[in-house]
Amino acid sequence: MTDDAAVWLYAVTRGPEPGGLAALSGVAGAPVRAVAAAGLVAVVSSISRAEADEQQLRQNLEDLDWLADTARAHDAVVGAVTRSATTVPVRIATIYHDDDRIREMLTEHQAAFSATVDLLTGRTEWGVKAFAASNGSDTSSGEAVSGESAGRAYLLRRRAQLRAREAAEHLAAGHADRVHAELGTLAVAARRHPPQHSRLTGTRASMVLNAAYLVDDTSTDRFAEAVKELDEQRALLDLHLTGPWPPYSFSRIAEVSA
Amino acid sequence: MTEVASVPDYAPEPRTVALIDLLDRVLAGGVVISGDITLSIEGVDLVHISLRALVTSMLGDPP
Repeated sequence: MTDDAAVWLYAVTRGPEPGGLAALSGVAGAPVRAVAAAGLVAVVSSISRAEADEQQLRQNLEDLDWLADTARAHDAVVGAVTRSATTVPVRIATIYHDDDRIREMLTEHQAAFSATVDLLTGRTEWGVKAFAASNGSDTSSGEAVSGESAGRAYLLRRRAQLRAREAAEHLAAGHADRVHAELGTLAVAARRHPPQHSRLTGTRASMVLNAAYLVDDTSTDRFAEAVKELDEQRALLDLHLTGPWPPYSFSRIAEVSA
Repeated sequence: MTEVASVPDYAPEPRTVALIDLLDRVLAGGVVISGDITLSIEGVDLVHISLRALVTSMLGDPP
């Protein structure tokens, strides 16, 4: 019943309604459906009013299990729609009171959504992450030295290691800037996300580039090859290509909307 | 090349997508429109920060 449910928005496409929506389940397992207006289609599912409460939502977002499940459910729907139509993904936790409000929103932002669909058509988002390559730096304990001088030697060695590491990271950051510029020439648009903390990536190497590229589908192979080549050329960097992604990093309507 | 561009295959297995890469995108990307109920951008940034704190505490303090 729409009376006791709010509406979770996943993505917007241009009509006709993308196929296969009925087979999808969304956030909290809710069935996915389409709401159409102004030549656009919003992909939505119902969510209980209790879960749609702003306070509750804020709390839920702090709960890593809820956030992980919800992010994956949101992305699964966005990804499925992206496979059948050019899709403008919407940020997680964008909720409307009812289908009428969705229709109003589509009508209000019609021109902006349309322009964004045009920008994204025939293009795909790819991610590239670069880590400062570990050079297998000296982790050996060195020769055995006894007593006070052993402690001193350890401190000196430790300090030298840290300094070397800082220098290597600085150098790697410079290389990352050049890699980003080079990959940018093969993309229609490029955007840098903040590097992920090593505690989250689960690796000790520090991330020096966390970027997204919007690439013409006719250039996909060229782009992937460029990443591979740059990875081989730049010994200081480990490059990782991720994707294809729905165009999360390139979906903005603010600039176009009045 | 005259080949038809291959249609990218959107990862059918959500589990293979690293959660942290996904959060970069679903929390900080996507169209931002004000829903009837929605979190402000400031709210989302806060979420990111507290998420970091949460994960850090899960993984334990740095040695």
